[in-house]
Amino acid sequence: MTESTIKPPKKNLGPVKWMRTHLFSSWYNSLLTLVVGYLLLTSVGPLVSWVFLDATFEGSGPGDCLGEGACWLFVSQRLNFFIYGFYPDELQWRVDIMFGLLALAFVPQFIEGFPARKWLGIFGMSGLPIIGYVLIPGGILGLEEVESSKWGGLMLTLILAYIGILASLPIGILLAIGRRSDMPIIRGLCVVFIEVWRAVPLITVLFMASVMLPLFLPEGVSFEKLVRALIGITLWQSAYMAEVIRGGLQAIPRGQYEAANALGLGYWRKMGLVILPQALKLVIPGIVNTFISLFKDTTLVLIIGLFDILGAVQSTIADPAWQNVAIEGYVFVAFCFWVFCFGISRYSQNLERKLDTGHKT
Amino acid sequence: MMQHSESVETQAENKPGIIRVESMHKWYGDFHVLKDLNLAVDQGERIVICGPSGSGKSTFIRCINRLEEHQQGKIIVDDVELTDDVRHIDSVRREVGMVFQHFNLFPHLTVLENCCLSPIWVRKLPRREAEAAAMEYLERVKIPDQAAKYPGQLSGGQQQRVAIARALCMKPKIMLFDEPTSALDPEMIKEVLDVMIELAGSGMTMICVTHEMGFAKTVADRVIFMDEGEIVEEAPPTEFFSNPREPRTQKFLQQILQH
Repeated sequence: MTESTIKPPKKNLGPVKWMRTHLFSSWYNSLLTLVVGYLLLTSVGPLVSWVFLDATFEGSGPGDCLGEGACWLFVSQRLNFFIYGFYPDELQWRVDIMFGLLALAFVPQFIEGFPARKWLGIFGMSGLPIIGYVLIPGGILGLEEVESSKWGGLMLTLILAYIGILASLPIGILLAIGRRSDMPIIRGLCVVFIEVWRAVPLITVLFMASVMLPLFLPEGVSFEKLVRALIGITLWQSAYMAEVIRGGLQAIPRGQYEAANALGLGYWRKMGLVILPQALKLVIPGIVNTFISLFKDTTLVLIIGLFDILGAVQSTIADPAWQNVAIEGYVFVAFCFWVFCFGISRYSQNLERKLDTGHKT
Repeated sequence: MMQHSESVETQAENKPGIIRVESMHKWYGDFHVLKDLNLAVDQGERIVICGPSGSGKSTFIRCINRLEEHQQGKIIVDDVELTDDVRHIDSVRREVGMVFQHFNLFPHLTVLENCCLSPIWVRKLPRREAEAAAMEYLERVKIPDQAAKYPGQLSGGQQQRVAIARALCMKPKIMLFDEPTSALDPEMIKEVLDVMIELAGSGMTMICVTHEMGFAKTVADRVIFMDEGEIVEEAPPTEFFSNPREPRTQKFLQQILQH
């Protein structure tokens, strides 16, 4: 066979031609380009000068924030509180270790060919929470105890989101499988669980967890407020997760179930080896969507008196020593959330690409 | 080569009635799909089931490994009766391989992994042994070079041959084929039929729902004609094709052999 000599036509346009086809192809496109260009010029300029050029980055106290721009001094001076809450200064190294381990487990996931990154990921989902469970509260192995009421800031946000995400996925999978079970009692229980939890706003769940639950528990039995909130968040989230995963289960063709049956795999192997790997892969975007919304919903713990990062910033804004720093505070919080949520989103896209086997039966 | 000698050995026993279906009925809701079916298949026998669409032939063979439930009568496979008992169903399914019209390969696993899945998890073979056996079967269906690919990268004929290899990897005593060539392009039908003919030659017990009358003439010991959920006629292929007794069979054969 001779090699094909006809190449596809080149699509590379010069800059002028590119602008003509993409920006000025007709009179209304030209007009739109000009209007959008004007808006960008007038808004980006002031934004840049507020964020960077006119902003105050250094100084020793509120008095140094005199410029027109943002007072980032406020953020840098109170950064410790925003990250650790009331966690004692001399014990913050314990939290730092956890931050370090978190980065070690998940940053390599973005780097193609990083050695043992699969194992680091697995460590992130198994070893990391166990180490955190020992290290952050302390009270054993000679570590000084730090009550959960002192935890706060970004650290608390991450703890809530991480445990919520990690625990709700397996519970959600079981609920989704249960809802499609042939056994009426199991199916009924799963349907009731999902429909009850999904129909309740998270705020209600948190109120119930912090105010009502202790009334129902027998004398002498009590969980910390944080644990109660975590249980509430996890159960609430797992109901959502179950419905996302059910969507994936329903998308798997019946032939896959039949082929697995015909091979004698049995129910759990059929689900674990054939159906779930395909179903979960299909709904990665939905799962990640749910994770991201959980991550942001953790801010609601503010109303039961837990100081996550938003709560920490909000309480500082009320400090009379600092005036008119609300915008800086909220921008900082928004930026922190964006960093983490964007990271989760990128990771999921990575995962989708990696798992794509170019199939559709 | 090993499994050839094995199948010769098992063939030597030539166990009668490895599949026994006795006055079996099935309903979908109120609709009576299968009516009083009786069939006994000996080990090593090759049965072809044909009939117009909607005649219940696929439903029938799907009852033999309990992909469909029957409501009345008995199905006994290799001395195990199919009932609601999950252990019975699982033990029958281990001995009965099935090939589907739409292949139903697992798209998230490679060809080799598709073949090894059940031997590893159900037969508890060590991975290396399972892979070696799988490669042998892939060679037998003439696609060992595709072992590392995903099913989505193969043609229909190749996928169906993988599906046959996957079923064979469980070393089944019986193979069921549910219209294995119906979803294939004409030029791919032959490669699948060749594999099936080779398999028939090795002494495998086979029940095959198909419209390939050439295949039926070449390999079948008996041809069964079904219509409206009943077995209308049952005869050796020479007799079946040259001298059908029932008018319904005659009409069916006229229609499909016309061109």
